Amino acid sequence: MNGPFEFTVSLGDDALVAAQRLAEWTSRAPEMEEDVALANIALDQLGAARLLLTYAGELEGAGRDEDALAYLRDDREFRNCLLVELPNGDFAVTMAKLFFLAAYQLPLYTALAGCADERLAAIGAKARKESAYHLDHAALWVRRLGDGTEESHRRMQAAVDGTWPYVHELFAADPAAPVDPATLRGDFDTTVTTVLAEATLTRPETGWTPAGGRDGVHTEHLSYLLAEMQVLHRAHPGARW
Amino acid sequence: MNEPTGQRGGREPAPLWEVFVRARRGLSHTHVGSLHAPDAELALHHARDLYTRRQEGVSIWVVPAGAITASSPDEKDAFFDPAADKVYRHPTFYEVPDGVAHL
Repeated sequence: MNGPFEFTVSLGDDALVAAQRLAEWTSRAPEMEEDVALANIALDQLGAARLLLTYAGELEGAGRDEDALAYLRDDREFRNCLLVELPNGDFAVTMAKLFFLAAYQLPLYTALAGCADERLAAIGAKARKESAYHLDHAALWVRRLGDGTEESHRRMQAAVDGTWPYVHELFAADPAAPVDPATLRGDFDTTVTTVLAEATLTRPETGWTPAGGRDGVHTEHLSYLLAEMQVLHRAHPGARW
Repeated sequence: MNEPTGQRGGREPAPLWEVFVRARRGLSHTHVGSLHAPDAELALHHARDLYTRRQEGVSIWVVPAGAITASSPDEKDAFFDPAADKVYRHPTFYEVPDGVAHL
């Protein structure tokens, strides 16, 4: 195993699990237009996941391709952050999760586009445009719901409060990585502070900061998600459309 | 797309918007369809997702459907039939006389 294997897998797993969760909205979104928007974003995440996991497999050099990494690992082998595996909750929770994820992924992919590893730089250059749109879309809904009715404000604030503890894991320092996540916190905080203020929402105080996803210690929700995502491939290895 | 699902207390659907996409520079915006959205910003987002997924365009307009004044199908005869027998409105009707160099 060589190069930034663990780093690449963790980014790939973030995107893969986020894609699976967003895809759960398909046919259930509040309006058909939003249904398509969420499916689009899910497909963007899946596209990034495929590139990252394919590259991770090559870095590992053990003959595992994207499918082997996505479908044949168990939850303890996944390196995604806890934020993406949390249940969708209501629409406000989904938007809070997407907003925080995109506010992290945009500066991450932007920094990656300028890193020394050519493959990761190419993936970052492609994915950052998609992330910019994800951030735009999620921020639009955070503002709309936060600065909407009394009920939408209450739900959006509850969603922000409920997911905020999980953002800190994203920025755990890793100086050896191609991009040290700790360096992204400033951009993230600027984005979040601006949008929450526009949305008339209160930025939560930082208290409990759960982590462990990067070490494979997940919430109880991940293995259920993986069971659904992996069942077909495990029942019919190599199944194709 | 036009009907609320009924599960949401008979909520009125969001206003209708007509979507126009410019396929590439130099071409006009062309009507491609419509969608529901509560305001222009979200209408533009949805238009991007619904109508430019496969590189169909470089520019999008969204217009409130209510702002468009359309000719009525009932008036089709009065509006369009009179043009049918006026072939002299086409440039090909006229023969260019010999010796006209700069027409």
